[in-house]
Amino acid sequence: MTTLIALVVAAVTFGTVLMYGTLGEILTEKSGNLNLGVEGIMYMGGAFGLAGAFYYEKAAGAAVNGPLAVTIAILSAFAAGMAASAIYSFITVTLRANQNVTGLALSIFGTGIGQFVGEFMRVSEGGYVALSNGLKTFFASPVFPPFLVNIPVAGRIFFSHTVFFYLAVLLAVLMYLFLQKTRCGMYLTAVGESPATSDAAGISITAYKYLATTIGGGISAIGGMVYIMTTAGCVWNHEGLSGVGWLAVALVIFCMWRPLNAIWGSILFGAMMIMYLRVSIPFIPTEIYKILPYIVTVIVLVLTSMKNSRDKQPPASLGNNYFREER
Amino acid sequence: MSTENRTPLLRLAKRSEMDPRKVWCIRVASIAIALILGFIPILLTGNNPFAAYGVIVQGSLSRPIYIRQTVKIAVPLLGCALAIAPCFKMKFWNIGAEGQITMGAVAATYFALFWADKLPHFPLLAIMFISGAVAGGLWALIPAFFKAKWNTNETLFTLMMNYIAIGIVAWLQGGPWEGRKGSQLIPMFSDNARIPTVLGVHCGWVIALVLVVLMYIYMNRTKQGYEIAVIGDSVNTARYAGMNVGWIMMRTMFLSGAISGIVGFMIVSGANYTLYSGVANGVGFTSITVAWLSQLNSFAMIAISMMLAILEKGSNTLQTRMEIPASIADIITGILLFCMLSCEFFINYRLIFRHRERKEVNV
Amino acid sequence: MEKKCAIEMKGITKRFGQVTANDSIDLRINRGEIMALLGENGSGKTTLMNMLSGIYQPDEGEIYEDGSRIYIRSPREAYEYGIGMIHQHYKLIEVFTATQNIILGLNDGKMDIAAAEARVKEICSRYGFDIDPGKKVYDMSVSQKQTVEIVKVLYRGADILILDEPTAVLTPQETQKLFRVLRNMKEDGKAIVIITHKLHEVMDVSDTVTVLRKGKYIGTVNTADTDPQALTDMMVGHAVSLNIERPRYPDPQRKLIVEGLTVVDEEGIRRLDSVSFTANTGEILGVAGISGSGQKELLEAITGLYPVKEGSIRFIGSDGSETELVGKTPKKIRETGIGMAFVPEDRLGMGLVGSMGMTGNMLLRSWKNGKGALLRKKDPEALANRIWKDLDVVTPGVDYPVRRLSGGNVQKVLVGREISSEPAVLMTAYAVRGLDINTSYTIYSLLTEQKMKGVAVIYVGEDLDVLIELADRILVLCGGRVAGIVDGRTATKEEIGLLMTHFDSKESGE
Repeated sequence: MTTLIALVVAAVTFGTVLMYGTLGEILTEKSGNLNLGVEGIMYMGGAFGLAGAFYYEKAAGAAVNGPLAVTIAILSAFAAGMAASAIYSFITVTLRANQNVTGLALSIFGTGIGQFVGEFMRVSEGGYVALSNGLKTFFASPVFPPFLVNIPVAGRIFFSHTVFFYLAVLLAVLMYLFLQKTRCGMYLTAVGESPATSDAAGISITAYKYLATTIGGGISAIGGMVYIMTTAGCVWNHEGLSGVGWLAVALVIFCMWRPLNAIWGSILFGAMMIMYLRVSIPFIPTEIYKILPYIVTVIVLVLTSMKNSRDKQPPASLGNNYFREER
Repeated sequence: MSTENRTPLLRLAKRSEMDPRKVWCIRVASIAIALILGFIPILLTGNNPFAAYGVIVQGSLSRPIYIRQTVKIAVPLLGCALAIAPCFKMKFWNIGAEGQITMGAVAATYFALFWADKLPHFPLLAIMFISGAVAGGLWALIPAFFKAKWNTNETLFTLMMNYIAIGIVAWLQGGPWEGRKGSQLIPMFSDNARIPTVLGVHCGWVIALVLVVLMYIYMNRTKQGYEIAVIGDSVNTARYAGMNVGWIMMRTMFLSGAISGIVGFMIVSGANYTLYSGVANGVGFTSITVAWLSQLNSFAMIAISMMLAILEKGSNTLQTRMEIPASIADIITGILLFCMLSCEFFINYRLIFRHRERKEVNV
Repeated sequence: MEKKCAIEMKGITKRFGQVTANDSIDLRINRGEIMALLGENGSGKTTLMNMLSGIYQPDEGEIYEDGSRIYIRSPREAYEYGIGMIHQHYKLIEVFTATQNIILGLNDGKMDIAAAEARVKEICSRYGFDIDPGKKVYDMSVSQKQTVEIVKVLYRGADILILDEPTAVLTPQETQKLFRVLRNMKEDGKAIVIITHKLHEVMDVSDTVTVLRKGKYIGTVNTADTDPQALTDMMVGHAVSLNIERPRYPDPQRKLIVEGLTVVDEEGIRRLDSVSFTANTGEILGVAGISGSGQKELLEAITGLYPVKEGSIRFIGSDGSETELVGKTPKKIRETGIGMAFVPEDRLGMGLVGSMGMTGNMLLRSWKNGKGALLRKKDPEALANRIWKDLDVVTPGVDYPVRRLSGGNVQKVLVGREISSEPAVLMTAYAVRGLDINTSYTIYSLLTEQKMKGVAVIYVGEDLDVLIELADRILVLCGGRVAGIVDGRTATKEEIGLLMTHFDSKESGE
C-alpha cells in the first residue's frame, strides 16, 4: 500500500512535468502546427526558469519571497518558451518552411540555449548554481496545509502535490472549456482542421497560429522549469530533462488532442517512467519500463488509424502550412 | 471619406522561377547572416566573436588530426542524410533515423561481442555491416508497414521508434550485454571488430562518399528512384501509373533504415568501439536538417555536413580555450538552420510592395 | 428603370505567374438584380469574383461600393462590405455541425449556440431551406452542404451574393428551388451574381448577363434583349454550331463487357450499383450524368484503380478471347497485354507528374521498360519531342515542369501520351474541361481519329451538346446506376436530362 501511494505521488510529480509539455503542444497542434521543438522549448524553460528564480533570490537576499519566486520562475520559463516558439511560428507561418525540419532545428537550438544558460550560470557564478534550501523546499512542498496532507491514504494521493500540479490540472480544465465552449476555441479548432475554410470565414489564420503556438510553447516550457525545480532539486540537470519533450509529443497523440485526457495520461506516463524505481516485476528488466510509454503511444497511434473514426484523428491540417493564393 | 483603406503594404505571390545564381547568392547570404547572428551569444560571454570563429576554424581544420576528427563527426551526418533523402523525396517524413542508427549499431555490436573470436577480420566486418543494414532496415520497415496498410502517421510513429530503440540499448547496457557487473557498460570491441582506417580516419568516410555517388545515381537514373519521385509528387499519379505505393514505401523505408543502420555500424565499429544508449547522439535528427537544406542533393550534403561538423569540433576547442560552453555549437547550428530555412522563402515567393498611390481623394 | 449600382470594378487585372487570369476588366453589379457572369471554363469568372470576396487582391484596378473606393483585403473585410460568396468547393469544417459552420468567423458577443440555431431555423423557414442545424457536415449530402453555405451568407446579412456555379451539383428540382430563393432575395433588394456557363439557366434566372472571354470583359446585355445564340457568340467569339464530325466505323465489335458492376466507397456507400454495358470498337461511348453519379468510380474500376465489390469486367481480345479484369491491379492489366489508356479528370493530380517535364511524364507509361535497374530515357524523350511538335504544345522545352504549362497544354501532353500507347480501350474523363474551343476541337478530332482506328473510346462528359454530337451511344448514369443507354444520333438533350435525374426522383419518394 505504501509502495503504491509512493508510486502515485512520484507519478504525479513526473506527470506534472509532462502535463505542461503536453497541454502546450495540444494547443499548438490544434492550430495545425506540429512543433517538434518541444524538447528544446522545455530545456529553455528549465534553464530560464532556474535562472529567473536564482537571480531573483540573489537580488532579494534574505527578503526572498517564496510565492514571488515561483511566479518569477513560471514567468521566465513561459517567456522563454514563447520566444522559442515565436521563432518557430515566424519560420513556418510567415516564411512557410517545412514544419518538421523547423521543429527539429528548434530542438537543436533550444537544447543548445538551455545548456548554454545552465553552463553560463555555473561559470559566471563560479561553480554550483542552486537555490537556497528554504526556497528549494518551497518549490517542492505541498501547497495544502498539513492536516489535509496527513489524511490517511487520500491525503497523500490528493493533497500532497506541489502547486504546479494543481495549476496544471486547472490549466487542462480551462483549456477544455476554451476549446469546447468559447468562440475562440472553436475557431482555433477550425483553423487546425481547414485553414482555407477558416480563412474564407474571415478568421485570421496567422493570428491564431501565432498565438496558439507561442502560448502553447510557453506552457510547454513551464514543464521544463517544473522538472528542474521539483524533481531535479533546483539544479541544472540536462541529463534528466533529456527526452521529456519527446515524451510530451507522444503523450499528445495518446491523449488524442484532448486536454482532459492529458491529466490522467500524463500521470500514467509518469508512472511508467518511474515505476522501475518503486515496483519490480520479475522477468521484466527495469529499463524496459521506460519504453512502455512509447510502445503504448505507438499502439494508440496504430489503433486510431485502423479504426479511422472521424473525431479521433489529428487536426486535419497538422503539419501543413497555409498559403491563401496557392492554386 | 477615409483614406486609410488601401491595398496592403506588402503582399506575397509565388515566384515562377529564379536565376540559379541569384538563388545561390541568397543561400550564401543566409549563412553569412547566421554567422553574424552567432555573434550575440559569443558577445554575451564577453569574448571577441571574430577570435571565437577563428578558434572554431583553427580547432577543426588547422591540423591534420583536427581535420580527421572533424571528418569523423561529418561522416555519420552525411551517411544519415543520404538515408533520409529518398524518404523525404517521397514525402514520407521519416524522423526515425536516430532509432535506425541505434538498431544497426545493436546488430553490429552483437557480432562484435560474440563472434569476434570465431571469425576472421574481414568476414566479421562484412557480417557486422550486413547485420547493421538489415536491423536498421527492419526497424524502419515497421512504421512503413503501418503507413502503407492503415495510413498511420509516420512522423509520429518513427519518432516513437527512436526512443524504443534507445530504451532497448539501455536495457542491454545494464543487462545481458553488461561487461563488468554494475558498470552499466558494454565491453570495448576487440581489434578484430574495428574497421580499418584510411588516411587516419576510419574507412566509414570512404563508404559515405561511395554512398553519395550511388544515391545520386539511384535517385536520378534508376526506375526505383523514378517511382520515389512520382510518389512524392502525387500518390494518385503513382497508383494510376500502376505503381504499388505501399510496397514502394516499404522498400524505400527499408533502404533508408539500412543506410542508417550502416551508419550505426560505422559509429560503433569505427568511432566508439562500444555501444551505449546515446550511440546516435542526435545524428538522426541533425541529418534530417542536413538532407533538407541540401534540397536532397547528395553532393550538397557533403558541404552541409562538413559545415556542421566544423562547428561542432571547433566549439569543443572553443570551450577549452575561451571557456565558452560547447553548447554554443548547437546554438549556432540552430541559428544556421533557421536562417537557411528562412531564405528558401525569398527564393520561392515574391514580395510585392504597394504602389505609391496619389493622395488626392475625389469627394 | 434605373438600378442602384452596388459594386463597380474598374480596370481589374490579376496575374498568376505568366498567366493573366483577368485583363483590365470593368464590371457593374446592381442591387435588386440577378446578374449572370457567363464565360467558358477558364475565362476568369471565378478569379474575378474571388477578388470581391477577398481571396485574391487585384494586381491593378479599383473597386467601388456605392460610389466610394473600397479595398477588400480578406474574406472578413468582404463580409464587412456585405459581400458573401458561395464557392464551388464548399468551405466547411467537416467535424463541425451546420450551425457551428454558419457562425464560423462571426463576432457577435458571447457564443450562444442555441440562439444561433434558432436564427438558422428562422432563416431556413423564411426561404424554405431544409437543414438540421445540429447535423455534422460529414454526414451531409452535397446539396445540404450548399444549403449550409447559402444560409451562412444570409446569416451574416450579406446583401451582395456571389454564387460560383451553384447548379453544377444539383438536380433540376434542386436547381429550380435555388432559383426561387434567388428571386426572393432579389425582391429583397439584394444584388446577386451567379457564375455559370449554362445558357438555359442564364435565360431562366438572370436580369442581365456579363460575358467574359479568356480573361477579358466582352460586354453586358439585358437578358430580355438577348438569346442563347447571341450569348454563345459573345462567349466563344464567333458563332459555332458545334459541327463535330461523327463518321461511322464499318465493323464494330464488342471490346469490353461490364456486367453487374458494384463498387462501395470507404464509407460503405454504393458508388456504382449493378452497372452493365458493352463498349465496342470503333465507337465513342459517351457517359452522361450529374457530377458524382459514379463516373469517376466507373473508369477507375475498369482500370483497376478502384476496388470492385461485385460484377465482372471482361476484355475481348482481337482473337475473341475473354479476359476478366476484376481483381487485377493496373500493373497486372498492363502485363496481361491489354492496352488500356485513361485520361483522368485530375490531370496534374493523377495523370501527370507536375514537377517533371514532358519526358518525365512520358516515362510514366514506360518506366518499367528494359531490363535492369536503370531508366531508359531515350524513347520517352523522342516521344515527348514528337508530341511537342504534333500537338503544338506550348512549352520552352521537354524538361520544363508540366505544372507550369497552361491547362490546354497540360491536357495535350496527357492525351498525347495516352494515345501514343496505341490502346484498345481509351477512357477520358472531362477531357475538355477548362480548355479553350480550339483545344477542345483538337481533342474531339483526336478521339474520333482513335475511334476510326478501331479503338473503343469511353468519353465521360458534362456538356450534353458535345455528347450528342460526338458520341455514338450515350450511357446515362444516375446515382451509380445505369438510367439508360441511348443512341447518340437520335437522342435529345431533354431525353438525356430526364434520365440523369431519373433515380433521384424515385429515391426522394422513398
